[in-house]
Amino acid sequence: MESGDRTWEVFIQKKPGLAFKHAGSCHGYDKKMAIQNARDLYTRRGEGRALWVVPTEAIVSVPLDDAEAFFDPGEDKAYRHATFYKIPDGVSHL
Amino acid sequence: MDKFEQAFNEIIEKDLKVEPRDWMPEKYRKNLIRQISQHAHSEVIGMQPEGNWLLRAPSLRSKQVLLAKIQDEAGHGLYLYSVAETLGISRQEMNAQLHSGEAKYSSIFNYPTLTWADMGAVGWLVDGAAIVNQVSLQRTSYGPYSRGMVRICKEESFHQRQGYEIMVQMANGTPEQKEMAQDALNRFWEPSLMMFGPHDADSAHSSQSMAWKIKRESNDHLRQRFIDRTVPQAHFLGLTIPDENLKFNEETGHWETSPFNWDEFWNVIKGNGPCNRERLDHHKKAHNENAWVREAAAAYSSKVETSVA
Ligand SMILES: [Fe+2]
Ligand SMILES: [Fe+2]
Repeated sequence: MESGDRTWEVFIQKKPGLAFKHAGSCHGYDKKMAIQNARDLYTRRGEGRALWVVPTEAIVSVPLDDAEAFFDPGEDKAYRHATFYKIPDGVSHL
Repeated sequence: MDKFEQAFNEIIEKDLKVEPRDWMPEKYRKNLIRQISQHAHSEVIGMQPEGNWLLRAPSLRSKQVLLAKIQDEAGHGLYLYSVAETLGISRQEMNAQLHSGEAKYSSIFNYPTLTWADMGAVGWLVDGAAIVNQVSLQRTSYGPYSRGMVRICKEESFHQRQGYEIMVQMANGTPEQKEMAQDALNRFWEPSLMMFGPHDADSAHSSQSMAWKIKRESNDHLRQRFIDRTVPQAHFLGLTIPDENLKFNEETGHWETSPFNWDEFWNVIKGNGPCNRERLDHHKKAHNENAWVREAAAAYSSKVETSVA
C-alpha cells in the first residue's frame, strides 16, 4: 500500500441505543480522512447517525480451524440458560 | 485432505460464507480477486460515459440525479476494491493491473454515449443487466462480496428506474426525441446482452466458479432472465428491439433472439472498441494528476495521528 494510506473497518449505529454494526471498510491516510470517507461511502442514504472507524490491522479474529476448540467451553453448559431450571407451577414473575 | 480444506469444503457445501481470515484454496482466492477487481474497475470506468453528459444534462433535476448516480457508482467501485483487499491485494496493485491491461473491465463502457437518450439507455439496459447479475451474486460464497452485493443492489434500483424514466420521456416526446430513444436502444441492446459474458460452453472460468459458488447462475441463464424482463419494457415504450428474429416461444415462455456477433465482443475485449483507449488514458491521467494529493495526505498523516476532528 502507498505510504500513509491504510484501510479502516467501518461500524455504523443505525439509531441511538442500537449496537454498532460492521458495514465494510474504507481507505484513509489519517483518522479524520478515514471517518469522512466512511461517511461518504457508507451513509449516503441515512444508514446511521454514528460511525466508528478502526484500523483494519487492529481487528483480532479466531481462525476457522480453531473455532471448535475455542468456543467449546460455552457449548456444554446448559445451566447457563434460564430454561435449565424447574420452577414449581403457580409461581409467577420468574 | 487436511482439516483446513475440509472446513472450507464444508462451508461451500452447506451454503455458508467464507470469511477473509478463513483458509481457502489459492485458486479460489485468485479467482475471486480476478472477478471482484474486474467488477470494481467496471464500476469506476463506468462513470466516464455518464460523466460525459453531466454538464449537458437538460435540467437541474436530471443533473442532480445523474450526479447522484455517478457518485453511487464510485461508491460501488470502492466497496468492491475493499472486498478484494480482504483477499490480500492492495488497491494500488489493482490500479496498476488496470493500467497495464492485465485486469479487464466490462466492455460495455467502451461504447460512446452520443445523445442524452443514451443516459436513459445506460440506466435502463446497462444498470438493468448489472442488477440481474448482482442480485444473483448476493448469494456468492465469499462473505464480504455477498454483503457488498446486498448493499449495491439496494442502490441500483434507483439507477435503472431513473434510466427508464428518461426513456419514457424521450419515447413520448417529439419525433426527433423518439428517434433518439430508438437509436440509443439500437446501439446498446446487443452490447448489454454481451455484458453477461460468453455462452456457458465458451466461458473459461465458469464451471470452477460455479462449483465454488462464487457464481450462482450461468451466463446464459442470467442473460435470458434479462431479455425476458426487458423486451416487454421496450414494447411499453413503443420502441422496437433491434433484432428481426426476436420471437416469443409459447412453449418455453422465453423470448428468443438472434445469435450474437461474438467477433465484435472479443474485439472490444481485446482493446479495439470505440473508446478503450480513451477510457484508460483518462483514468491514468486522473490518477497521475492526483499524485500530489496522495503525497500531501501522506505527509499530513505522518504529522497528525492524534485525535478525530
Ligand atoms: Fe454500480
Ligand atoms: Fe448502477
